Amino acid sequence: MKTANGLADQEIFDAHLASQSASGAPEWWLDLKRESWRRFRKLPMPMRKDENWRFASLGGVKLDGYELGDSSPPEIADKEVLKRSENVRQRAGRLVFSNDRLMDSEAISEEWAKKGVIWLPLEQAVREHEDLLRKHFMAQPIKLGSEKFSELHGALCSAGSFLYVPKGVEVDLPLVAFHWTDRNNAALFPHTLLIADDMAKVTLVDFFSAHDRSSRNFICGVNDLYAGPGARVTYISAQDWGRDSLAFHLNSTQAFKDAFITSLNVNVGGRQARNESHSQVLGEGAHTQMQSLTVATGKQEFDQRTLQTHFKGRSVSDLLYKNALLDDARTIFSGLIKVEEDAQQTDAYQTNRNLLLSPTAESNSLPGLEILANDVKCSHGATSGQIDDEQLHYMRARGIPEPVAKQLLVFGFFEDILGKLENEEIAENLRTLIRSQF
Amino acid sequence: MSKQLEIKNLSVTVETTEILKDLSLTLPRGEVHAIMGPNGTGKSTLAKALAGHPDYEITSGEVLLDGENILEMEVDERARAGLFMAFQYPSEIPGVSIANFLRAAKQARLAEGEDLDATGFYKTLYEKMDMLHIDRKFTSRAINEGFSGGEKKRNEILQMAMLEPKYAIMDETDSGLDIDALRIVSEGVNKLRGPECGILLITHYQRILEYIVPDHVHVMWNGRIVKSGGKDLAIELENKGYDWIKEEFAEPAAKA
Ligand SMILES: Nc1ncnc2c1ncn2[C@@H]1O[C@H](COP(=O)(O)OP(=O)(O)O)[C@@H](O)[C@H]1O
Ligand SMILES: [Mg+2]
Repeated sequence: MKTANGLADQEIFDAHLASQSASGAPEWWLDLKRESWRRFRKLPMPMRKDENWRFASLGGVKLDGYELGDSSPPEIADKEVLKRSENVRQRAGRLVFSNDRLMDSEAISEEWAKKGVIWLPLEQAVREHEDLLRKHFMAQPIKLGSEKFSELHGALCSAGSFLYVPKGVEVDLPLVAFHWTDRNNAALFPHTLLIADDMAKVTLVDFFSAHDRSSRNFICGVNDLYAGPGARVTYISAQDWGRDSLAFHLNSTQAFKDAFITSLNVNVGGRQARNESHSQVLGEGAHTQMQSLTVATGKQEFDQRTLQTHFKGRSVSDLLYKNALLDDARTIFSGLIKVEEDAQQTDAYQTNRNLLLSPTAESNSLPGLEILANDVKCSHGATSGQIDDEQLHYMRARGIPEPVAKQLLVFGFFEDILGKLENEEIAENLRTLIRSQF
Repeated sequence: MSKQLEIKNLSVTVETTEILKDLSLTLPRGEVHAIMGPNGTGKSTLAKALAGHPDYEITSGEVLLDGENILEMEVDERARAGLFMAFQYPSEIPGVSIANFLRAAKQARLAEGEDLDATGFYKTLYEKMDMLHIDRKFTSRAINEGFSGGEKKRNEILQMAMLEPKYAIMDETDSGLDIDALRIVSEGVNKLRGPECGILLITHYQRILEYIVPDHVHVMWNGRIVKSGGKDLAIELENKGYDWIKEEFAEPAAKA
């Protein structure tokens, strides 16, 4: 169903609600959706004067001309989709969605299921784990500009993964979710909710991808990470949406006492892709790493908004966003570090590095600090530069042709992050994705 | 076709200052020639101009590698033609491992469509690393990043050993090395010495020439080769210092 005003149309929501209800979604869940929809309709679209949208191309932020992804069956056969979802072989479980429909649910291995680990498609989790969902589903404040889109997500999302790791359980293989689309104009709302209780350890990877590189889609994904005291959480996402797509990926992270969270987003897709990431340090001694690698080509725009909030001290947040820009691509990085009064002995870092590979590419950086505590170590920095001539010369002096040397230098630019990933299979996947952009 | 590197009447300008002045030198394959001279005399300028560094403008002269003028070639073409430069100050390249770097360099030397034999590559790499007492862990380390001075120099020789150049220019490979490192590096170079390779050993000190005994020694001063001789010339220089060269070959003071 394609409607005049697209995703803001009441018919779209009514149809979604009806299909949710028909598939057995509980009333409390439908109520949440109604509330989100009400708020979505009330909130204004982003406006030029809005500080959170500085430098963004608002002209491309439109809701019309899309239909819900699951409104008709996927065109690409299940088998083919599953075959394309085989790139992480060493895994504890896998979920595959296409156009927001569940294609395959590979249950978590017996070993961890016995220990109480829950790994389910979101819709099933809604039916079976009301308490956890009510407590955690979209419970974090959205502050970085996409409030309206976040409400739209709440109203229309159904596909996604739910992961719960109980106290003290360590899952040493990654859980993997794939979100595909094979239909032009489909709107997708992938959701990821990860809850790691005290001392739990887990890695979750999301792959977002269009089968057809030129696909036009609307994507509004939310991923929320919760790391209880002492938990160690790694979240990785790889975004390769079609090149005519508008994508939002909204993240919020909660790190409690002594928790350690690493999140890494690799972005190569979309026409206009916006990432918002809000990391909250809620317990002493917590450590969050926020990392992002982007290859921006053609006329792509990548818009990155981040917030590192420290409510408690002796904590660390470390942000590193690296962008390689080619052609006429644009990136926007806007980051804020906020250290509350009580958060003494906080170390907070924020670095944005842009490698400009074309004279017509454009990077914008807006770093910021708001420090209310007096005993802190904070730094922020943004650099934009080209390939180092001496490094290039050195490589060429070994007989490596200039284009190859440049590529090696660009891949090298991302290695300080990829080279430190514990999981080599995932790192290699991300390298392949990055390399395929050149 | 003569198997030699012929530098003919080379003049090189850096930022409007002429540094090399009509310099000529012939290095036959199979020989080791040392170039000695005081700091600032243009030794590195010679090396960099030969390698094709863009900051060094060649205003006149020719450089023939086995009869072929390399000044017409791009930097990477010169290297593939068989010229190797061991840098005095090698670049650090974050994120590019030694293995990947050398694989790319080897791959570039293969015909189009031909793929490097990875197993053979690593076998050779490990052999050369062992020869140079380089820990195998270094293969996955980023080139020169965080390396000590000695490690950087050994890494240069490792690259030379892997790429098997026809002519190698080694720019002060000895500087900054302690005696053990100097011995290891020299042993490495001596193993690469042979009928298929000509080596131009640029040095400030005679010390390395005790380990790598040159066939010829050239003294460079003020952008020119001012004196050439056998290996004894190096010892003479060591004993007498460079001052006598400066006096003997000083240009007549510019007249007012
Ligand atoms: N890139 C450069 N820019 C400016 N001056 C340079 C550069 N390279 C060399 N020179 C100058 O050229 C002269 C010779 O330098 P160099 O070749 O490094 O000497 P050597 O290696 O014999 O010590 C010096 O006066 C030095 O200052
Ligand atoms: Mg020098």
